[in-house]
Amino acid sequence: MDFWSFVSDRRQQLLMDTYQHASAVFQCMVVASVVGVGIGVLTYRNDRAGRLAIATTVTIMTVPSYALLGLLIPVLGLGVPPTVTALVLYALLPIVRNAIVGLRGVDPTLVDAAKGIGMSRAAQILRVELPLAWPSILTGIRVATQMLMGIAAVAAFASGPGLGNDIFTGISSLGSANALNQVLAGTLGIVVLALLFDFALVLIGRLTTSRGIRG
Amino acid sequence: MADRQRAVTGAVIELDDLTKHYPGSQLPAVDGVNMEIAAGETVILVGPSGCGKSTTLRMINRLIEPSSGRIRIDGEDVTDIDPVRLRRRIGYAIQSSGLFPHMTVAENIAQVPRMVGWSKARIRDRVEEMLDLVGLDPREFHSRYPRQLSGGQQQRVGVARALAADPPVLLMDEPFGAVDPITRDHLQDELIRLQHELHKTIVFVTHDFDEAIKLGDRIAVLREQSHIAQFDTPEAILTNPSDDFVSGFVGAGAALKRLNLTRVRDVTIEDVPTVTMDDPLQEIFDKLRERGGNELLLLDRRRRPYKWLRRGDLMRAKGSLARAGTLVSHHVTRDATLRDALEAVLTDSAGRVPVTGRRGEYVGVVDMETLLNSVHELLEADRMAALEHRHDLEEARAHQTQERLETGFAGGERP
Repeated sequence: MDFWSFVSDRRQQLLMDTYQHASAVFQCMVVASVVGVGIGVLTYRNDRAGRLAIATTVTIMTVPSYALLGLLIPVLGLGVPPTVTALVLYALLPIVRNAIVGLRGVDPTLVDAAKGIGMSRAAQILRVELPLAWPSILTGIRVATQMLMGIAAVAAFASGPGLGNDIFTGISSLGSANALNQVLAGTLGIVVLALLFDFALVLIGRLTTSRGIRG
Repeated sequence: MADRQRAVTGAVIELDDLTKHYPGSQLPAVDGVNMEIAAGETVILVGPSGCGKSTTLRMINRLIEPSSGRIRIDGEDVTDIDPVRLRRRIGYAIQSSGLFPHMTVAENIAQVPRMVGWSKARIRDRVEEMLDLVGLDPREFHSRYPRQLSGGQQQRVGVARALAADPPVLLMDEPFGAVDPITRDHLQDELIRLQHELHKTIVFVTHDFDEAIKLGDRIAVLREQSHIAQFDTPEAILTNPSDDFVSGFVGAGAALKRLNLTRVRDVTIEDVPTVTMDDPLQEIFDKLRERGGNELLLLDRRRRPYKWLRRGDLMRAKGSLARAGTLVSHHVTRDATLRDALEAVLTDSAGRVPVTGRRGEYVGVVDMETLLNSVHELLEADRMAALEHRHDLEEARAHQTQERLETGFAGGERP
């Protein structure tokens, strides 16, 4: 059986996996973005806190995804909980780092002006600093999304959802009739999803970045 | 002075022993500044870099919290009130404008009115009004972004933003420091015009003494740690600097700078015999002869200076007024500075210049001699005033020392 007939044969299953993969990555990215930008906002003003936040997220990154899932399964069980936890943790590093870099890169005279005309601390962050750091933050989110696409595949190891299941099943049954097709279908699905997500994020960037600071 | 009191919207600012001591440094950055700034007055803080003038300014809206001392605005002690609310009552304009690059010109100006809760319609009207006020066409600039503006335009928007919620006090921290000299000159003129309309209390920081002279009602020359070397009118500082530090800061050419501060209307304007185009020739001849002088000023039908006529001119022109005399090449208005008048007198071949009124009509003449006399009188008057002022200060100081000595003795008797 050639690859394309395999795909049309298993269409239903593959679409379901693709949808679940996309959905998992999307939801984890939303959570990671909120948490990551929050951590950035809380730590960027303090040199030590900022370094601690980045060091912590770097450390999480260095744990192999396979191993992290293995460590989470005894605590959280199989399926969705360990998958979501792992994905959010991995997404944090690029988001936190870019949020801190972006917020620290805001021209201090603008912050001084914001304060000087009577903005509260919250207004300074929401109306001046975050919008100006937004291009940098969005870059972090894009990098994190690309990473999660690949890492989410590993979640199949913890019986998580998504295209990883096709890859895993294919690898474990290598030599049998459709094994290679299955691995290929899963991989291609992830690549296509990654491209689509990236395109969407570029579009969001265009729509949400002020014309006054767009390069 | 009389029309200044008419529509003062500013507030009195009192700085009482204001001090800023940064932890870890031995000397305070600002050491016990005492200053009272009248409502509607423009006070310039000027001094070398690092003298603490900016720190002093930034303590007024508490961007820097004072270590000790009090700040009062219109009698209200604002040293301990919520700084965010305080700053919404104080306009703040800084160098390189500080406009938010991701907001349009209109959004930038609308910031403070939005924060203090104005309605949308009122904010929209106000933005238009402010753009008009600073000389930018609202239709053209309303939705531009700061990066689409020149440096001078950005600075204007910065001032518009500072004034948008109509604060009684305006703080300006070297606002024109980053623009080219020509634009700076324009912006300074604009500020003078604005202040003439608005009568805010302005505290303005600069290191440029000429800017200080041009803009200030009073100038505080500061030395290190914001110690006030002299706090007085530009005239007094120019003619009677209190010490070497101040005179060093005033720089060379104090007398010339003084000329910028006086208008032609303030000096004696001479009268010369005049005739109009409609006078009969015989009368003109008679006038020339009887005055004994050798010159007449011929006015046109709207009484504007037209030609200088000398005795020989009419003879040579065979009695025709149209061909006789020399055209008036320069004239100055009564609002011109003495410096402009001097410039005109120096360029005029005979060293005299007609002074004209609002519609260009003849008012009088200034020449080298009257200018010279006026300037001498001015400088002399300045000197006397400054001496008197210094005398008063010394008396007050002597009085203080006396008091201090007495209380000191009282304390000494206790043990």
